[in-house]
Amino acid sequence: MHDTNVSGAGLAGAGPSSETPPTATTSTVEARRRRRPGLVPAPLILPAVLALLFLVMPVVGLLVRAPWRQLPQRLVAPAVLDALRLSLVAATLATAICIVLGVPLAWMLARIEFPGRRLVRALVTVPLVLPPVVGGLSLLLLLGRRGIAGQWLYKWFHVSIPFTTTAVVIAEAFVAMPFLVIAVEGALRGADDRYEEAAATLGAGRWTTFRRVTLPLVAPGIAAGSVLCWARALGEFGATITFAGNFPRKTQTMPMNVYLLLETDPSAAIVLSLVLLAVSVAVLASLRERWIGGLS
Amino acid sequence: MNALVARLVVDRGVPSRGSRPAPGQDPAAGPFRLDIELTVASGEVVALLGPNGAGKTTALRALAGLTPLSAGRVDLAGVCLDDGDAVFVPPERRGVGLVFQDYLLFPHLSALDNVAFGPRCRGASAAQARAVARQWLARVGLADLAARRPRELSGGQAQRVALARALALEPSLLLLDEPLAALDARTRLDTRADLHHHLGEHPGPTLVVTHDPLDAFVLADRLVIIEEGRIVQEGDAATVTARPRTDYVARLVGLNLYRGHGDGHTITLPTGMEISAADTVHGEAFVAFPPAAVALYVQPPEGSPRNTWQARIVGVTRHGDYVRVRLDGGPGEASADVTPAGAAALQVEPGQQVWAAVKANQTRAYPA
Repeated sequence: MHDTNVSGAGLAGAGPSSETPPTATTSTVEARRRRRPGLVPAPLILPAVLALLFLVMPVVGLLVRAPWRQLPQRLVAPAVLDALRLSLVAATLATAICIVLGVPLAWMLARIEFPGRRLVRALVTVPLVLPPVVGGLSLLLLLGRRGIAGQWLYKWFHVSIPFTTTAVVIAEAFVAMPFLVIAVEGALRGADDRYEEAAATLGAGRWTTFRRVTLPLVAPGIAAGSVLCWARALGEFGATITFAGNFPRKTQTMPMNVYLLLETDPSAAIVLSLVLLAVSVAVLASLRERWIGGLS
Repeated sequence: MNALVARLVVDRGVPSRGSRPAPGQDPAAGPFRLDIELTVASGEVVALLGPNGAGKTTALRALAGLTPLSAGRVDLAGVCLDDGDAVFVPPERRGVGLVFQDYLLFPHLSALDNVAFGPRCRGASAAQARAVARQWLARVGLADLAARRPRELSGGQAQRVALARALALEPSLLLLDEPLAALDARTRLDTRADLHHHLGEHPGPTLVVTHDPLDAFVLADRLVIIEEGRIVQEGDAATVTARPRTDYVARLVGLNLYRGHGDGHTITLPTGMEISAADTVHGEAFVAFPPAAVALYVQPPEGSPRNTWQARIVGVTRHGDYVRVRLDGGPGEASADVTPAGAAALQVEPGQQVWAAVKANQTRAYPA
């Protein structure tokens, strides 16, 4: 009896030789996953190390030359505080504009099939590749007192945008918007749109679905996009100086302040740069958190 | 009165009215047409069974309004929801509850708010919707877990929340897509019994899509089996199990099935073999017998019973306490179930020649 059982089990194991493909597939997958441990080719090592040094050394230089002792009193200098306040307010307002306008645009690009969608997506990225000065000039030509739209604003409402804090916000929003749109569109494409179908079967119209399902699902993506967008706005220089000029307390943001101080008071310029560096590092850290949080 | 009367025609691979390709469909699969007629009475549970790619999920999506019909018509409680042309009621205004295969509970909402979502969309206040949701969670036995997020629920619990979420709508049609497929065997058993109970209480028509015959037999009053977009067989579990009409259904219910020409008690198969059956059939006919009715011999059996043929073994697999031997020859492909002891005595292995025999009183013949 015992013998029969053993041979029976042996048969069952040896029998289904015609059903081997699954095993074969598994072993191929394993082979692909197993990476051959090898040395890095020599011609790649030196450039790679140089690239890393090239990216890191300037920042190290900034830290080495920083007037650490005078830092506290320099940080609270009125000019620095003014520029800092203006920069933070303008970047935050610009980000708010980007969220309000950019999230719907990202939704359209991700969810709606319309003719010319590829073209629209390409247009969205124009401010990314456009030299900021050209962007500022374009804004001036559109919204300047004699600009295409600006002349009517001035004629009807007696409103002139260039060289005001509003202009700073507009210039920053212009260059920073693509960061948000691209990040949010990516998040929307990555999100399972069957949740939206589930919402529809539960009686939710498109707006309710967007508000109660889509937005919460892509909230991490929106947060990441907003942080990138805010960081880009904070560092904006070219478009802002072209469209908004450089007036202390009105349009003079931190980057402009750094640039000007470099001629008169280099160590003050370094101090401001340190502040911007600290903000960038904080942004990077918060993004890491977001990305890790979004993945888990 | 039939609550759901539908003829579902959906063309896939051909762009239809403003729709994206449905998820889970291979866009490279080429053109596919679903064309089935379905009627489900109030309180009736119908199971839609079929192999992968048969169009089961497409049928559910068409009923829910997630995929518009290419042609045909859906009437629910006397109201036309889609006529394949001018009339198309969008999913949010259909009142059709759908339990998705992977549940799709909103990950950012608690179990309670997931269930309250439907009532809230229907205009209930937040407090009313939550009160309704609390009742439904209690009905499915999850009152304690109302505050949990979906990721904090087990598979079986998530399944019940998904069911409560669909039922909280008080849907005029309840659809379930492979409701037990995502569960492990043990949970599946309990959940199946639970689900049977809840479906029994649902007053409207219910359609369950599944590829598991056991789910269908337990949950449904009637089975509709589709293959390649067409209905191949309909009926209650007893009829379908006793008289399969396609190879897929035969495999599903575990029978050897052949089609041939009947002349009294003898059915002649296309391979030339004649099979004797206890039943009498004339004309095109099916003949079916269970694998356990097939006896295997090394030598031609004594007394030459009818229904004996020589076959080559093409496969041997062990299933629990019996060994399934796949044969080629005689009527065509056949399966025989033998005990491990029997298999050992015969020394079955692929390529070996054996004699197979089936008694006439264990075969069933019926008109095609």
